[in-house]
Amino acid sequence: MMPVVLWTDALVFLLLAAAVGAGFQVRRRAYLLASWRRVGESRAGMAALLVLLAFAAIGLLDSLHYRPRLADANGRPANGYSTEVRSALDALLRPLRNAAEKTYSAPLATHLYARETVEQPDGTQVRLFPRLKHGGAHLRDADAEWGGDVTWRVLRGLLIAVLAGLTFAFAAVHVAARRWGVRRAQAWRNIRRGETRLAWNAALLTAGLLLLVAGPAVSLAGGYHVLGTDKVGQDVLYLTLKSIRTGLVIGTLTTLAMLPFALALGIAAGYLGGWVDDVIQYIYTTLNSIPGVLLIAAAVLMVQVAIDTRPDWFATAAQRADARLLALCLILGVTSWTGLCRLLRAETLKLRELEYVQAAQAFGAPAARIMGRHILPNVMHIVLIAVVMDFSGLVLAEAVLSYIGIGVDPSTISFGTMINTARLELAREPVVWWSLVAAFTFMFVLVLAANLFADAVRDAFDPRLAGRRNAAAVRERP
Amino acid sequence: MLAYVIRRLLHAIPILVGVNLLTFTLFFVVNTPDDMARMQLGVKRVTPEAIEKWKAERGYDKPLLFNGNAEGAARLTRTIFFEKSAKLFVFDFGRADDGRDIGHEIRTRMGPSLAIALPTFLLGLFVTVSFALLLAFFRATYLDFWGVVLCVAMMSISSLFYIIGGQYLVSKVWHLVPISGYAGGLDAARFLLLPVLISVVAGIGSSTRWYRTIFLEEIGKDYVRTARAKGLAEAAVLFRHVLRNAMIPILTGVVVVIPLLFMGSLLVESFFGIPGLGSYTIDAINAQDFAVVRAMVFIGSVLYIVGLLLTDLSYTLVDPRVRLQ
Amino acid sequence: MSLLRVESLRTSLEGASGAVRAVDDVSFEIAAGETFALLGESGCGKSMTALSMMRLLPDAGSIAGGRVMLNGRDLLALPEAEMRTVRGREMAMIFQEPATSLNPVLTVGRQIGEVLARHTPLRGAAARRRSVELIEAVGIPDAARRLDEFPFQFSGGMKQRVMIAMALAGDPALLIADEPTTALDVTIQAQVLEQLGALQRSRGMGMLLITHDLGIVAQLAQRVGVMYAGELVEVAAQEVFFAAPRHPYAQKLFAALPLPERRGRALETIPGSVPLLNRPFAGCRFVERCAQAWPRCREEPPAWHAAAAGQAVRCHLYDRASGLRHRESGVPVQASDTRCCAAGPSLPVGSGQEAGAALLEVSDLRVHFPIRRGVLRRTVGQVRAVDGVSLGLTSGRTLALVGESGCGKTTAGKAILQLIEPTAGSVRYRGNELTALSAARLRALRGEMQIVFQDPYASLDPRMRVGDIIEEGMAALGTAAATAQRERRTAELLERVGLSADMRGRYPHEFSGGQRQRIAIARALAVAPRLLVCDEPTSALDVSVQAQILNLLKELQISLGLAYLFITHNIAVVEYLAQAVAVMYLGRIVERGSVEEVLGSPQHPYTQALLSAVPRLDAAQRREVIVLGGDMPSPARPPAGCHFHPRCPRAMPQCAARYPDETLLGATHAVRCFLHG
Repeated sequence: MMPVVLWTDALVFLLLAAAVGAGFQVRRRAYLLASWRRVGESRAGMAALLVLLAFAAIGLLDSLHYRPRLADANGRPANGYSTEVRSALDALLRPLRNAAEKTYSAPLATHLYARETVEQPDGTQVRLFPRLKHGGAHLRDADAEWGGDVTWRVLRGLLIAVLAGLTFAFAAVHVAARRWGVRRAQAWRNIRRGETRLAWNAALLTAGLLLLVAGPAVSLAGGYHVLGTDKVGQDVLYLTLKSIRTGLVIGTLTTLAMLPFALALGIAAGYLGGWVDDVIQYIYTTLNSIPGVLLIAAAVLMVQVAIDTRPDWFATAAQRADARLLALCLILGVTSWTGLCRLLRAETLKLRELEYVQAAQAFGAPAARIMGRHILPNVMHIVLIAVVMDFSGLVLAEAVLSYIGIGVDPSTISFGTMINTARLELAREPVVWWSLVAAFTFMFVLVLAANLFADAVRDAFDPRLAGRRNAAAVRERP
Repeated sequence: MLAYVIRRLLHAIPILVGVNLLTFTLFFVVNTPDDMARMQLGVKRVTPEAIEKWKAERGYDKPLLFNGNAEGAARLTRTIFFEKSAKLFVFDFGRADDGRDIGHEIRTRMGPSLAIALPTFLLGLFVTVSFALLLAFFRATYLDFWGVVLCVAMMSISSLFYIIGGQYLVSKVWHLVPISGYAGGLDAARFLLLPVLISVVAGIGSSTRWYRTIFLEEIGKDYVRTARAKGLAEAAVLFRHVLRNAMIPILTGVVVVIPLLFMGSLLVESFFGIPGLGSYTIDAINAQDFAVVRAMVFIGSVLYIVGLLLTDLSYTLVDPRVRLQ
Repeated sequence: MSLLRVESLRTSLEGASGAVRAVDDVSFEIAAGETFALLGESGCGKSMTALSMMRLLPDAGSIAGGRVMLNGRDLLALPEAEMRTVRGREMAMIFQEPATSLNPVLTVGRQIGEVLARHTPLRGAAARRRSVELIEAVGIPDAARRLDEFPFQFSGGMKQRVMIAMALAGDPALLIADEPTTALDVTIQAQVLEQLGALQRSRGMGMLLITHDLGIVAQLAQRVGVMYAGELVEVAAQEVFFAAPRHPYAQKLFAALPLPERRGRALETIPGSVPLLNRPFAGCRFVERCAQAWPRCREEPPAWHAAAAGQAVRCHLYDRASGLRHRESGVPVQASDTRCCAAGPSLPVGSGQEAGAALLEVSDLRVHFPIRRGVLRRTVGQVRAVDGVSLGLTSGRTLALVGESGCGKTTAGKAILQLIEPTAGSVRYRGNELTALSAARLRALRGEMQIVFQDPYASLDPRMRVGDIIEEGMAALGTAAATAQRERRTAELLERVGLSADMRGRYPHEFSGGQRQRIAIARALAVAPRLLVCDEPTSALDVSVQAQILNLLKELQISLGLAYLFITHNIAVVEYLAQAVAVMYLGRIVERGSVEEVLGSPQHPYTQALLSAVPRLDAAQRREVIVLGGDMPSPARPPAGCHFHPRCPRAMPQCAARYPDETLLGATHAVRCFLHG
């Protein structure tokens, strides 16, 4: 196989490296560490963080791309590589990916959802629900064995989940006991009662719930389509898992794309003032004045024209779809940096008048140095809060934009494209609900976790809320 | 006051020029009309003649900025920039790909858009402010806690879900109102009820949470303590003192969108088949009708600038500090 | 029977580090018509006591026990609805910050009318008549018109008068005034205090006055309670207390005051800081900082002991059985007049008398900010923040620039350092004309002129370690190139300002206000300046901490030969620290001279009014307060002629015609007033 690094992959891993680097910075700075501890003290924050980490793990797996070696007609490796780009997640989910049915089938079904005319061995034709090629194919008598098989698989999954959960909890308690220097029973009691600094009980509970969902799902996925199949027979669970990466990429890379602009321009406008401020304000007022969706639509249409009229730019369809995804991120970034820029400008205006900045000016420190050493570190909390708050909005926006037709490439699997292809299914008789429900549920869980995490981060980092937090430290004027 | 309004209007000119240049660059410089023609015609039918014909039909067969073949002022006017971009300033939008006059289309479609957007806006504001006030009144109780949880959950749900789910439940399962469509006059109410309701519900989560934060911030201020020290009841404190002050950030935050209500809502209109500007825009995007998209971009920014102006004026209405200084 | 009796009031605040007992076992009484002052430094729980009585605690606070008996009723036992009939009617309160305590979007008339509607049968025209009466009673002219104005149209002092009118509207039996004049300038403070005293006397109200200012207590109160760390530690009649404070903490408070007779000596300070209140105490709360503590103080919380008639002290020293012995054995307890006995270690008198080399020569300095209006943003006027200031300073000396807020003293200080570009005038520093220097030449001189700011919380970058903060100047100016050299110097400086070298790695939030101010001083000293502009460096600090900073500044001046341009509104600090004074009013210096000349025999009417307005401890020292009418005008529209004439009690016709020239009254004493023309 040949590793392929798509543009978004490179940026995702760059982001990961930056996050790890930032982690080390945090460890060295007491004030940052204290704020992050406050995030960890919030139960909702810890639970949300764990869910987000699970999503991120899937997304990262799905960002390791490669092109498999071509096989000749006999299945032996041949020279050259397939033009199809796959990811580590694809390899992991190969059974789901390859288990395509003909068309719709309900979750855990053994038969197609639509009647088909089937020719009997004796030449007569009957209309019936044919058996699925993969879902429940291991059952000889589907109607009789289905209930028992499903129950057995669920129980097996639950058992594995419980065992895994207990092992995990035991390991956690063991580590905790070592670190705190107490006995394991005591450590367990502390965690259970929430008497720890960080909300480990919430984290463990969330991990347990995730396992309880994942265990039976994995167990069932071996023999069934857990979430059914869509119109062209693709496994919906596979589609939903693949959608996660798209959502995460949009949610993170967009912000990454806009941050340098927003930071540099916001701080420069606020600190330097004068004509610099005028120009920057003019730029963002102009960009802001165009309704977001229309600006995105116009830009996406143009990018689409550019990509479609130059097919020679991209070796594979995946690369073309990836370029469009990246372009969408950049466009969303360009249209959404204005809000953060305005916030940063306002904050810089305030900071500029603070006495420690004036003290630096009294040393004759040059403007660039003051902006870098005094302003930037003191606005980073705003940046952080904006980044985590924007994430959920961007994930939701992707769905809407893809629905309108100005989102990701139709070949890219995302929540938006899933919803878009499935939108007429509710009008069918009987109703096909599972694609929509699966997409909306996964999106809801992701966005809810992001929102809860964002709240925890904001509570921990926003100095305006600090007053409410330390209501005890009520200061009177002397 | 008048000088203020005039100054704000003068400020709007360079912004509109900027918007115009930006759209011109996007639509004609990043991709040439040839590119667009190739894209619209499809790979199979692309021939140089077909491209020229496509361009001539739409008036794109001219130089971008300067026409060396023309005489006098026509050197500047017989160009794509003048005919397609500069004319936007006098609201001359030209024709859509289907040959219809865009200006006329916009005028007739404003009504249905407004018929949905305005009730949504008013009802939404009323519902969310009331809900936020309720949460602020019962702050730090279970009601407040679960209210906020509900808000976070509601804002985590995709707006597509509200529309699709609402349509399915109310129209298809319960058969209460038609699934989609539009009619003039009083009949419209039947068609408008569901989209308005769905839009309001979809907006509850984030707005309520934002307003609640504003209320709580005001409640923490010194003048509220003064009002309590007078012996006023909590309800009087909330309605007479807190609400009035909180309305300043709330009103100025929402006034800016009032002119944009004319633009309608893309999603709701397309789902419910309302012949408004939102569905017009979405159809244009799907058909890649650049003339319509360009026109909508320009109108959108004009309305936004009007919104900014209204915001500044509304400050003077609600805040005596601005009015009297 | 007393009007108010507070019994064992206990209030706790829920905080990040556990419950804090903000008020702990506080008991006192107030008789009808009596003013009782609660005195204490920040964080001692005096405001929390008042808010507990009103039951207006913040959400995190709750009353843990005790009784508040008003007219024989226990307020803490009342249902909330009934408590509302008490608030504003039987007991009213005015707050510290008039600027934020009034609702900005309601007219003053409505806010007063609200109280009348709530607590009196007056409605409509009758209510309005009553409002006008109230507004007139607190001394606001043109009452009928001003009733329809919004709070932002009133000045700070006027807003506080509106607050008072609002509090009086319900005709309360008890008025709680929480630091009512702390946010106001001293001349305005004098107006408001006088009004408050007069109203209290004429209405026979009881008043609970909360303040940190001993001078205000001396002026207004009949009885005093001193609070420390959530407890009352001494309660006494005013005269008795001022004659002889008994509690060691109260004695230290007096000793830390900067007074003219303490010039040349270090002030007494209280070592350590107020203990955190989130833990129980085994003994006395002051024990860690008390010079007279003995083992019993650590083991047993002191009980109340009568020390003199009408004076009770919560201190073991006054226990008849054992305390006397400790008082006699060595440690002196000032029994008589404390003020003259505050004997700190004597500092050698600085180079005050020898004339040092001329360091700074400022002449006709002007800083104008343009006001832009209209469509084209034309400049339609100038805010004349500094309008022709001339002053000189020699090395090793202190020049105090004195004035009230808005007079332009801070702008002048920053313009001298070229932190704000002056509009006109000359600033010569050691022969260099700073206003004409190139950026590079100016940078080279930056190290010699440094500044210490007012707010210790805003003057240190919260994201930088203390070591980096102090090294910043050295790095920016390249004075100490090598890292090791810089670190050594940082360690030296920290020790120099009384901190320890190992604090280098910490962040500012770990330090108290006084410690932060020391760090700010160390930062300025790091580049070895000759001139230090001190912009109100102690005005955000408590008296005992202020004493530490003043001592440090004085000591640094002597050992390093620093010149200080000391910008302040605090006359007491000037008297203690400075050799020369310049009094500013609305952008101009109205009187200058040596401290003895200007403060001893002020000649300008404004200086006289300013000095008379400062609350004094000693009845003998108290001058007749010259209450100025009105407020300081806006520097955008200064009055024609002498800027002071509209408020001047001795104004003459010619004062309105032109600004008086400077008249020399002595070698150094000069005044700009026609009375001396």
